Amino acid sequence: MRSQNNIITIIKKEFSRFFGDKRLLFTTLILPGIMIFILYSFMGKAMRSQFMTEEDYVYGISVIHTPQSFLTLAENVELPLAAATQEEAEEIRGQVQTQEQDILLVFPEGFDEKVAAYDSIASEEAAPNVEIYYNSASTPSSEAYQMISGMLEQYETAIANKFDINAGEGVVYDLATKEDSSGRVFSMMLPMLLMIFLFSGCMAIAPESIAGEKERGTIATLLVTPMKRRELAIGKLISLSVIGLLSGLSSFLGTMLSMPMLMGELATEGVLSASVYTPVDFLLLLITILSTVLVIIGLISILSAASKSVKEAGTAASPLMVLVLVISATSMMGKGAPNDLYLYLIPFYNSVQCMNGIFSFSLPSAGMMITIASNLFYTVLMVGVLAKMFDSEKIMYQV
Amino acid sequence: MEELLRVEGIRKVFKLSPKQQKLQKTKEKEKVAVDKVSFSAYRGEVFGLLGPNGAGKTTTLRILSTLIKPNAGDALLDGKSIVKEPEEVRKKIGFLTSELKLEDFFTPNYLFNFFSNLYGVPYELREQRKKKMFEKFGVDSFAEVKVANLSTGMKQKVSLIISLVHDPEIIIFDEPTNGLDVITAKVVTDFLKELKAEGRTIVVSTHIFELIEKICDRVGIIIDGKMVCCDTLRALTGEQSLEDKFFEIYEEVAGDRA
Repeated sequence: MRSQNNIITIIKKEFSRFFGDKRLLFTTLILPGIMIFILYSFMGKAMRSQFMTEEDYVYGISVIHTPQSFLTLAENVELPLAAATQEEAEEIRGQVQTQEQDILLVFPEGFDEKVAAYDSIASEEAAPNVEIYYNSASTPSSEAYQMISGMLEQYETAIANKFDINAGEGVVYDLATKEDSSGRVFSMMLPMLLMIFLFSGCMAIAPESIAGEKERGTIATLLVTPMKRRELAIGKLISLSVIGLLSGLSSFLGTMLSMPMLMGELATEGVLSASVYTPVDFLLLLITILSTVLVIIGLISILSAASKSVKEAGTAASPLMVLVLVISATSMMGKGAPNDLYLYLIPFYNSVQCMNGIFSFSLPSAGMMITIASNLFYTVLMVGVLAKMFDSEKIMYQV
Repeated sequence: MEELLRVEGIRKVFKLSPKQQKLQKTKEKEKVAVDKVSFSAYRGEVFGLLGPNGAGKTTTLRILSTLIKPNAGDALLDGKSIVKEPEEVRKKIGFLTSELKLEDFFTPNYLFNFFSNLYGVPYELREQRKKKMFEKFGVDSFAEVKVANLSTGMKQKVSLIISLVHDPEIIIFDEPTNGLDVITAKVVTDFLKELKAEGRTIVVSTHIFELIEKICDRVGIIIDGKMVCCDTLRALTGEQSLEDKFFEIYEEVAGDRA
């Protein structure tokens, strides 16, 4: 009974330390989410403006020997064309190069007749050639190039139509479900992002709470009380895990909210949507994350207890961060969760694969259970190690 | 007189790192910080440990407060062994040194409650004690001010009060006035006198003769990790001042070594 009381007393103290400090609260809970939201939204916007021109942009397109057929095509899509002569060609090419004009289009003289007369099988001559001069360094120019070459290819197909592919109107040919496509994208990206956010969330608080207390001499005050070292270790681990989890989730929320901005059309057209996941999926995800945070906090706490200062703890934990990053990257291989159950015994790797499996609907439930059980087992082990460290005069006092 | 604390031949050896060996100009890999120290403290008395810096006073007190373990020997506090039952011992002692700090973020009120909880002090008793202690030492008007914003003297008082939340059987005080300015030092000395007047048992270490003369009933002199003599203050000094007597003893011991 007393033992529980002490654990609760420690947890309460850690919470009032954290939640009572507005600055700390802001920098670890609110700021990361906001920063990520702003950053990703900005990135998404910047990326789109990089590859898209304004809607009311008027292309500068000069055409030499404009055939009637192309004129009709251009009118249909309201593409403005300026007629030019062969003599001006050199000058216009220069203008395309300096991005004053977007496109120079050169048709062979009598294009329509030549095309009509041309027999692709019997003819020994080369087919009539259309030249499109463009500038790939300019976004509008390359866009216009894409558009015009697309139009011409379509025109070519249309005049020599032998068969069609996927021409049925209103028929959905892509048989991937929304679940499949969302699952694939989410399972590749999110486990890695989640692991990084959780780790940095934990890094923001655990070294401060353990190495910091050691550095300032406040932990020794706790150690002269009759409280058991194990109680201190458990109390610290639980409270830090909760705070680390909240901090990680804040970043995660920022990511999810910025998703529509980042992914653009994929998200707005509903191809990519978190709504494909059921509450059960989210519950499984939360349990996985929770068990992962316990392991992360446990490891960082042990490193912090072994360090003389917060700074040293930060340095000691950075190789761990790299390791977690590398392991998280395995989710990018996009093969779904593995079926070999022993793999779920490897800390971090098991968490990443579990998240991957949850997002891609391919998680073997035994794998999930092994992950949770092994993570809890590692946590208990680390509580033992931490308690031993708190009891060691060498580690705690001989700084 | 009832014997409350009995120290039996405690010994503590520290390993020296190559760097420490160089600093101390020695080739030995170990340093004996406390060498078979024995003494007793009786209920209601103030026992002083006197010795120069580095003599082993702090190490002795850290062993008694169970922060570190002796390599040999034991000490019984009210019948409980510091080696075998450290948790029981911690319930009975209040340990105070400048190394034990309070978290800046919290208020004296919060910390008093927090440590009372860790010592398992019931709510009513806690409130009663808090009121009494805060009033007595003038902390009541600062009860809700964060430790970070308190003056050094007030901080010291709060530390003292916090170390007594569980009304310990024995109070262990390591260099209580070390590094304090004269006013804060006076606060601490007055505090000690108050505790003595309440009839508490106190073990205090210091290298300040005045402090010993002011408050101690008995005194043990530690030089180079060894307890060289231990007696009542009066029996020890006789007609001499403590200072003169100390240097007489010190020269004898140091002379032996040379």
